[in-house]
Amino acid sequence: MNYFELPLEQWTNTFVDDWFLPTFGNAFDSIGSVLNAFVDLVTDVLLFIPPELFTLLLVILSWRVGGKGLAVFTFLGMLFIGSVDIWEESMHTLSIVIVSTFVSLLVGIPVGILSAMNNRVQSVVRPTLDFMQTLPSFVYLIPAVLLFGLGGVSAVIATFIFAAPPAVRMTNLGIRHVPKEVIEASKAFGSTSKQLLFKVQLPLAVPSIMAGVNQTIMLSLSMAVIASMIGAPGLGATVLQAISRVNIGLGLVGGLGIVVLAIILDRITQGIGQGQNNKS
Amino acid sequence: MSKIKVSELTKIFGPNPKQSLERLNKGSSKDEILADTGNTVGVNQASFDVKAGEFFVIMGLSGSGKSTLIRLVNRLIEPTSGHVYIDDEDITNMNKNELIEARRKKLGMVFQNFGLFPHRNVVGNVAYGLEIQGVEKQEREQKAQKAIEDVGLKGYESSFPNELSGGMQQRVGLARALANDTDILLMDEAFSALDPLIRKDMQDELLKLQKKLGKTVLFITHDLDEALKLGDRIAIMKDGQIVQIGSSEEILENPANEYVSNFVKDVDRSKVLDAEQVMRRPEVLTTYKGGPRTAIKKMEDVGASSIFVVDRDDHFQGLLTIDDAIRAYKEEIPMEKVLNQDVHTTTPTTPLNDLIGVAADTKYPIVVLDEEQKLLGIISRVSILSGLVLGKEKDEVTN
Repeated sequence: MNYFELPLEQWTNTFVDDWFLPTFGNAFDSIGSVLNAFVDLVTDVLLFIPPELFTLLLVILSWRVGGKGLAVFTFLGMLFIGSVDIWEESMHTLSIVIVSTFVSLLVGIPVGILSAMNNRVQSVVRPTLDFMQTLPSFVYLIPAVLLFGLGGVSAVIATFIFAAPPAVRMTNLGIRHVPKEVIEASKAFGSTSKQLLFKVQLPLAVPSIMAGVNQTIMLSLSMAVIASMIGAPGLGATVLQAISRVNIGLGLVGGLGIVVLAIILDRITQGIGQGQNNKS
Repeated sequence: MSKIKVSELTKIFGPNPKQSLERLNKGSSKDEILADTGNTVGVNQASFDVKAGEFFVIMGLSGSGKSTLIRLVNRLIEPTSGHVYIDDEDITNMNKNELIEARRKKLGMVFQNFGLFPHRNVVGNVAYGLEIQGVEKQEREQKAQKAIEDVGLKGYESSFPNELSGGMQQRVGLARALANDTDILLMDEAFSALDPLIRKDMQDELLKLQKKLGKTVLFITHDLDEALKLGDRIAIMKDGQIVQIGSSEEILENPANEYVSNFVKDVDRSKVLDAEQVMRRPEVLTTYKGGPRTAIKKMEDVGASSIFVVDRDDHFQGLLTIDDAIRAYKEEIPMEKVLNQDVHTTTPTTPLNDLIGVAADTKYPIVVLDEEQKLLGIISRVSILSGLVLGKEKDEVTN
């Protein structure tokens, strides 16, 4: 099938090395340093809090949003993480998850709102999201490293690309699913578009947006693990280490740690989303 | 001055409305335009006037364009051509801010499926219109409270819509429109989603409220009975066009075309007509002052053997028969003592239907009284039966 030669690989490399990096390198450096400071700050805070206190706070939160069962599970889970001595790694993973979720929502929710309000925006956003979600996640890692170097920042960027789409989609969906008559009522009484958005559409979209937040967190967690391949510290690094040494025990420890974190984060965010549902 | 004036209002849905509009003006039909251009004519050159305080009903089957028409009035749907004047101001030429202002101050709206805000409680829903105008919390909640009491929902202020029945939800919808204190209420099939008994209650209450508050109402329905019951005037729509405008009697008596006459031929007159429409002014009345002697004289003059007695302010006192009048005269007892109070009374809005049975077992006419017990008219068995057959005899009542 090689009828004509398409040197896509070569073109891309030339484009990036000769034009993109020299032109935007500084901009990316400053984005990188901001993100880096953010990740460091969150990591420092998480590691500064004594594990006992952290566990207590998390158990209280679980109790309030998910009930007794979740609180017990959270306590046992954190006890497990401490006991197999992966507390520090877990906090590193958690800080990458927190920062990339924050960035994903910061970008994703406004984009979701825009694409719900405007079909033209949506027609651009949708294929972009499809592209972001279907491109194998490993492929992001290369440009991330290229632009931001090895470490936590690249992990955050790659995670952001992977985890932002559900936030956009679910925000868009939530707003578009507000019943037509409710919108008409709001307009008929003389709402401005801003009032319509903030007093009617967004409050009614909250359950859907919370489902998006939950998805974003879950995807962040899975990507934060993969991102250990580009030097992100945390539980992923533990697993990677276990693979390279064929250390099955270490692999199990790291793997279970990820599972525990995932379940706790999932149940807590779902609990918050359901609380919103019940209110309306 | 008309409160709402709609002139030549047209809405064409589809990819190329302007071109279809030209064809429509040249006389092409809705079906031709749909076949040739794929554009749907929603409303076709509708014109009507609604006077201040009038209850104006637009009646049509589904697909007749009535819901589109009401949305053109407050521009929830943008008209393709034509004008809508509210208090002589052209809504169709307003910019965004003027339109928002007009919606806030002049046009309240009630929706078929209520359109309540599920995340707000009853007060939050009712106060919404005031909230977005920036009215202080205390003031808007006070006004909301009043509207809630007007529609009979006191005690449910902090309930959420999903905790209320359909009828109660629509009361919230009505209160929300009332709280803004606009002169005009737009009601899009407001009662169509309710079951028949609750619907009847709501109709009665709406009529009362409208009378009390003096609102101008533009009401959409697909139910002819509802239209005849509520409307001072009714516009009948078909295929986006208004085919007839008139009072219920005019529409029943003189249908403009076959479509309308097919519509009205099954109407049960006994449900449409009410006491007020068949009653007549009693031929004789006497005041208290006159005494039995005057009464006897008056009965003699009109050749009747009984007479209805009212006081100076028209308050109904009772029925005086000739025998009792003579007895009072002879025995010199006061006339109040001999009045026969055992007569059937009714209200002007009672449907004829409910009076047929009563009329059958009373020998005196039924007396129609208003809320203050003033005598408005009487209904004999004859007038009930003739009303059923011939329609109403309102002319006699107007003096």
